[in-house]
Amino acid sequence: MSLPPGTLFLLAAALLFAIGAHGLVTCRHLLRKVLALNVTTTGVFLLLVTLGRSGTGVDPVPHAMVLTGIVVALSTTAVALGLIVRLERRQP
Amino acid sequence: MPAVEMLFDALLLLCMVVLAWQGVHARNMFRAVVSFMMFGLLTAVAWVRLEAPDIALAEASLGAGLTGVLLLATLGRLAPERRRPRPRQAMTLTVLPWLALGLAGTWVLLAVTLALPAPGLGEAVFAAMPEAGVDSPVTAVLLNFRAWDTLLEIAVMLLAVIGLWSLGQDVLASPSTLPAPSLPALVRLLFPLFLLSTFYLLWRGGHGPGGAFPAGALLAAGLVLALLAGARVPRRMTGAPMRWALGAGLLTFLIVAVGVMGYGEAFFAYPPEHASLLIAVVEIAAGLSIGVMLTALFLGGEPTDSRSERR
Repeated sequence: MSLPPGTLFLLAAALLFAIGAHGLVTCRHLLRKVLALNVTTTGVFLLLVTLGRSGTGVDPVPHAMVLTGIVVALSTTAVALGLIVRLERRQP
Repeated sequence: MPAVEMLFDALLLLCMVVLAWQGVHARNMFRAVVSFMMFGLLTAVAWVRLEAPDIALAEASLGAGLTGVLLLATLGRLAPERRRPRPRQAMTLTVLPWLALGLAGTWVLLAVTLALPAPGLGEAVFAAMPEAGVDSPVTAVLLNFRAWDTLLEIAVMLLAVIGLWSLGQDVLASPSTLPAPSLPALVRLLFPLFLLSTFYLLWRGGHGPGGAFPAGALLAAGLVLALLAGARVPRRMTGAPMRWALGAGLLTFLIVAVGVMGYGEAFFAYPPEHASLLIAVVEIAAGLSIGVMLTALFLGGEPTDSRSERR
């Protein structure tokens, strides 16, 4: 196999981003939109770390960025879910 | 790369993609959420394959664990989803352009990767490691070289808590009946272990995978489990003590960042001989704060006094 290292991970990152973006646009249910958003972020994180690794050594900067990103994604999800619950109670 | 590893990666990533699709499009919403949690766990394995154990720890505890708990708690409070009007055939047809887009994206990314200069910032980080005050490069980047990012990240979390509190009182965590009678007993057994592991991860952050984020996540996992087992936020904790605990991380971070300016350094430029101590102080405060903030995110609103009697 003469694939460059990380090809599979890049492919998965792109597919995850596509699945997430597609779901974000086409899904009607808000909870599905939140799930799709989380899939999208995972795709981006996978891309960042794979790019940081394709050199000679492991680059810790993308790792730190992704750690930050995971926490920010969780905060976003929590606020979005809180809003969804309130919205549902408004319009029964 | 050996063929076996290649095969393992291919299978792992295939499972991830399928689970991600299930997580967005499964017929039943409960199945979607559980698929998404499985997806998070497999992602943690993918991080291990990419030699990123710090991210694997955070992903398993935050990305799969706490996000899953939040999603399930929300799902229990939503009305059942109405039937999706779109027929299945149309669905597969609309997916094809998106698949093409994904593959085209991969091709561009691959071209960019191969064109990029190889090491990124890795060499600069390793050259500066003797002055970092910690042995773990990721902790050094998070709490020393790029501490500014981490400060803003903690501010974002605090902002999320404030946002949820401003929506009203807690909505998510109010289980009226206990699903499993043995859960409280189990939590009493496990909670000390959660605390012990939290401090272990905090201490370990200086020289290996660990640090404030996994430690905070573990603390939050323990607290959330206690809440699920029927524990309530004690009345005397809901006011000032909880607010101080929420703000402690950001406050300590800011005090340290501004404090080093008193020694004639720049904002956040720790003097190398004190870096170890300063990072430890920041890490402990941030870890505890992150744990409390994550628990507050789970509560989904300001803890109320009316339901705050203890179990």
